[in-house]
Amino acid sequence: MSRQVKKMSNATQSSQSEARRRWLRLMALSETRQLAEIWDALPTAPETRVLRRPEVGLAMVRGRAGGAGAAFNLGEMTVTRCSVGAVDSRTRTHIEGIGAIGGRDRDKAALIARLDAAYQDSGCDIAARENALNNLSAALEERQATQAAKTAATRVEFFTMERGHT
Amino acid sequence: MYVAVKGGEAAIENAHKLLAEERRGDTNVPELSLEQIKQQMSLAVDRVMTEGSLHDPDLAALAIKQARGDLVEAIFLLRAYRTTLPRLWETKPIDTGAMNIRRRISATYKDLPGGQVLGPTFDYTHRLLDFALAAEGGGDASLDADPAEPVVAPRVTELLAGEDLIEEAGAVPDKDAPGDLTREPMEFPADRDLRLQALARGDEGFLLALGYSTQRGYGRTHPFAGEIRMGAVEIEIDIDGIDGPVTIGEITVTECEMVNQFMGSKTEPPKFTRGYGLTFGFCERKAMAMALVDRALRGRDLGEEVDAPCHDEEFVLAHADNVEASGFVQHLKLPHYVDFQSELELVRKMRREIEQGRWSDGEEAHDVAAE
Repeated sequence: MSRQVKKMSNATQSSQSEARRRWLRLMALSETRQLAEIWDALPTAPETRVLRRPEVGLAMVRGRAGGAGAAFNLGEMTVTRCSVGAVDSRTRTHIEGIGAIGGRDRDKAALIARLDAAYQDSGCDIAARENALNNLSAALEERQATQAAKTAATRVEFFTMERGHT
Repeated sequence: MYVAVKGGEAAIENAHKLLAEERRGDTNVPELSLEQIKQQMSLAVDRVMTEGSLHDPDLAALAIKQARGDLVEAIFLLRAYRTTLPRLWETKPIDTGAMNIRRRISATYKDLPGGQVLGPTFDYTHRLLDFALAAEGGGDASLDADPAEPVVAPRVTELLAGEDLIEEAGAVPDKDAPGDLTREPMEFPADRDLRLQALARGDEGFLLALGYSTQRGYGRTHPFAGEIRMGAVEIEIDIDGIDGPVTIGEITVTECEMVNQFMGSKTEPPKFTRGYGLTFGFCERKAMAMALVDRALRGRDLGEEVDAPCHDEEFVLAHADNVEASGFVQHLKLPHYVDFQSELELVRKMRREIEQGRWSDGEEAHDVAAE
């Protein structure tokens, strides 16, 4: 019985992780302006308190020898992290929202942390959340598609010159 | 004897004011914005980030502006800035196989999955000055293109690996944490992880010259540009409480994989070996030079004859850093008045003794110096 409960909670944790990984990624790859719009459009903005103010620091970026071999340190990049605390509107349990981004945009890290907390709330309007995330995803894909189209226009098409035929 | 000499404060202050004035140039000409540098001098920004070993295009643009376009000085500024920030994370190794490709070429395979895409390259330009760019507004250009799927393609070396004709990428065992020369001073011989880190932040000119030397016969490695790719990769980290890596952003990198001939040894049949180059941004020449030098430095591990400058690990790695090199060369500008006085005295003394006939043939100068 208890094993079953644990199994279920593991599954919940893992699906929750999956969902957070998706939105944290989408938000990190989006612009601050887009995130501010999403925050402003939340039906009920949850109360959050700052656990860690946005802090700028470094992350050591790693590569792999030969692209797939042993890891090595390529060089650092600037990063910003932030975390906020909130109380779940239904279960009254503690929620921690995290903002972790490349670059030094403190506002962006703070917005992501607050949205991460809001999205974890069990009273969160899931349809609204999915709608917002799908919009971010669409905008990201559009940006990539513009790039992809220009890149594809430089694709080399080889022609074989046949020789020796009469 | 040391004699403390003070002075020059006013001169230094005024020199810095003059520097600021000359940095600005003619005030009738609009001042450069960081955004302009970032957008229109993007390859300078990329070089400064790579050799400054800090990815941040805004800071690199600021450093270039502050350094009046002196890129080695800008690199120095970025290196100095990084020491003011705490290290928060180590990222997951980037996956260049999942790169959102903006350029990808191979000199070894014509037809390969994903194809060859040239991207924004100087290759095949005629290197004629374009006077249209000299005219205001002459630089407006854009490429209209039909929609297309993003280019994501396997690395070329993975194609060869299937036939066991090329060594595997993981020829070096993966450590728990790769060596970090920003934390521990480098010791020789250095493992490949440390060598790659040192080369990644090494001076492009120095590595280019060394790479060139390997092609001209000083440590021949018979390279082919197996693949060069440039594009965006996502940066992932582990976060407490979340299972699996989390993407925190994306950066552009350039990767070069050289494929090199290997004659084989007693234990290994002939096969191709690999040299690897990786940079922030679009630094293709640097990535290629790095791959050549990486392969040359592997000569010892592969049991090859090592006799050329590019094989000398300590020579290469201890002199590749342009911040260190620049610092040591430029310290010669600092006052050495007392050192020089003592050497002047020594030379005068030797001259006097020669004139007095105290030196016979074959007597060494160091005998005098030792007195």
